[in-house]
Amino acid sequence: MEQMPAIYLDHAATTPVRPEVAAVMMGVLTESFGNPSSTHQFGRKVRKLMEEARQKTAGAIGAAAREIVFTSGGTESNNLAVLGTVRANRDKGRHLVTTAVEHHAVLDVFRQLATEGFEVTVLPVDEYGRVSVDQFRNALREDTILASVMHANNEIGTVNPLAGIGKICRERGVLLHTDAVQSVGKIPVNVEELQVDLLTVSGHKIYGPKGTGALYIRRGTAIDPLMRGGSQEKAIRPGTENVAGIVGLGKAIELAAGESAHESIRLARLRDKLIRNVLTSVPDARLNGHPTERLPHNVNVSFAGVEGETLIQGLDARGIAISAGSACTSGALEPSHVLLSLGVERSLALGTLRISLGRSTTDEDIDVVTEELKQIIQQLRSI
Amino acid sequence: MRVAREIYLDNSATTRPFQEVIEAMTVVLTRHFGNPSSLHKKGLETEAIIDRVRQEIAKTLGAKPSEIIFTSGGTEANNLAIQGIARRYKKRGTHIITSSIEHSAVLDVMKFLEGEGFRVTYLPVDGNGCVRIEDVEQALTEHTILVSIMVVNNETGAVQPIRQIGELLSNRPKTLFHVDGVQAYGKIPLKVKTDKIDLLSVSAHKIHGPKGIGALFMREGIDLEPLFWGGGQEKNRRSGTENVPGIAGFGAAVRKVFASLEQDRERLERLRDQLIQGIRSSIGQVRINTPEGLAAPHVVSVSLPGVKGEVLVHAMETEGVFISTGSACSSRQKIHSHVLQQLRLSDQELEGSVRLSLSYENTAEEIEEAVRIMTRLVEDLRLLTRR
Repeated sequence: MEQMPAIYLDHAATTPVRPEVAAVMMGVLTESFGNPSSTHQFGRKVRKLMEEARQKTAGAIGAAAREIVFTSGGTESNNLAVLGTVRANRDKGRHLVTTAVEHHAVLDVFRQLATEGFEVTVLPVDEYGRVSVDQFRNALREDTILASVMHANNEIGTVNPLAGIGKICRERGVLLHTDAVQSVGKIPVNVEELQVDLLTVSGHKIYGPKGTGALYIRRGTAIDPLMRGGSQEKAIRPGTENVAGIVGLGKAIELAAGESAHESIRLARLRDKLIRNVLTSVPDARLNGHPTERLPHNVNVSFAGVEGETLIQGLDARGIAISAGSACTSGALEPSHVLLSLGVERSLALGTLRISLGRSTTDEDIDVVTEELKQIIQQLRSI
Repeated sequence: MRVAREIYLDNSATTRPFQEVIEAMTVVLTRHFGNPSSLHKKGLETEAIIDRVRQEIAKTLGAKPSEIIFTSGGTEANNLAIQGIARRYKKRGTHIITSSIEHSAVLDVMKFLEGEGFRVTYLPVDGNGCVRIEDVEQALTEHTILVSIMVVNNETGAVQPIRQIGELLSNRPKTLFHVDGVQAYGKIPLKVKTDKIDLLSVSAHKIHGPKGIGALFMREGIDLEPLFWGGGQEKNRRSGTENVPGIAGFGAAVRKVFASLEQDRERLERLRDQLIQGIRSSIGQVRINTPEGLAAPHVVSVSLPGVKGEVLVHAMETEGVFISTGSACSSRQKIHSHVLQQLRLSDQELEGSVRLSLSYENTAEEIEEAVRIMTRLVEDLRLLTRR
């Protein structure tokens, strides 16, 4: 069970918890177990820890602490953002806008809203996976209440021109949510610069714990809770708070934001090296996503005539952990909706690897992976 | 204001995680970080951890592993059950029955559903704080799709007649039975088959596990509308990457609590009786709101006329004894307990109510000391108010 793969290149699925994060969490579990709602000192002590984590989370994305609500993760944050604002603003309109390449935790929420009588415009993307600002502007209507456009894609790493979209939404009085699960800690994320009203953060993608996330809700934004109960998180998110997780998230986001400026340069160099290596040493390989407007840790390549699943198993046997795309749908044998939206052919889409780098990734890892990939693909193609 | 000794008697609000829980979580946090949905070894590793805990929890309830859905806690489990069943089966009917003494994570969901067009009957309780089975029977209509009743009341400890209600509903397949078992799990026996429960909510942090993790038992064959949409984890009933360290911690807590549940419960009952006896014999003019013979082993609710509950809580705190006025979730709002109001207490009794809740870690010496401190403080406070 304890065997570590020699090389872990699936950081977009999840990341190892940083030792500093694990340490603060263990500290909370050991010394600060109170219920934050309790009025006695056990409660006061953990409330203080939580508020510090809230400050750190807010600070990392240019928000105010009171605009941060803690949740159980990215999926809950996305659901709360979309369902919560749509339900709270339903008397203002019935039209919603999103994109074809969103994560399922956004796309499936809109699918659900479509069954509840809302009209949803799903914007296409260009061959690189980017939303067009002009197309976005044209999609807005008088009765549009919410748009949700992801900051950076989880499969292909393409970064959207969010600031331009935010500006339009601001002018038109449309609420804008962004799923920033993949971009926080990797590229600069600032709610004022992006002009978003709601922004989703997840702990476990930034070397924090699973089971904790946050939602930025701009002051004054009307939102309905998904759950009812106690008055925790200003009743927007009731339930006894996951204090250890929240403190872990605070630590993780503080560290990630602090190092992202230089770490992203290091990762981007490794990324470009990997792309170059793979495209030159493996024939019939195609890079998916944008050549430059791309997360520094994401590589997404399709290989003709190879099945992604088989490739993953082959790599896994050699101690290399990589995925075909989103982990959440990795059980499904369907081609990725993101790749299909780019116009990648079904059969080619099924032969795709998402290689996501992280803090532990070295130059040597890139060399090893290139070599292994070359060998396995050659082998598979010769069968 | 550092005190030499801390006597923590607020275990209904939350409990101290067991050392075994912290260790189990540490192992996951430092070694097993894979995404359970990933196909490679790191993913399979964490998937195996989740499966094991799922089996262990299922076993404690007499359920199948496939009937356990992990959630972020008791509040989410209650919301998922009640909102999920109401939305899924609203075509069958729109009537729901609950009690007036439920936790706010049930009552507030009911109030919300009333706004969505459901009709909710809130059953009263008898002098012991227990729902009467006749009242349930009378409230049932052909449109009743759900009955939601807690096992152990979080403020008084009163145990509700779950098995009789389960029995009553067993020949009404269209009326589902949800039970909030947050305060009961790990304290009193709960078996979903014999108790004829369709859905049951549990929470880890009330049994020395971590905060942020809970579970919902949902009987095979029942369906619900999820609260969150997305990756389809937990068989599409609860999307979102699983809280693996939380689940591992939950498992460790369950393992330890259920290993010696019978003996521990008896010990806890003795401590509770010692506490009640001590308060009764040394403090004058006191009303015990916890019903004798009908209560969970860990909750004691006391009304002390002439004393303000929150003043006593703070005074106790300065002496190193941690208690509460009632539910932690509402303790920061200064309103009288909806549960105690149901018991028809006088205003003075309502104002002077405190809850002391025990855990397996408390000792007889602690109880003795707490009673001694409480007796002295109540006398002092009563003297002050009389002036």
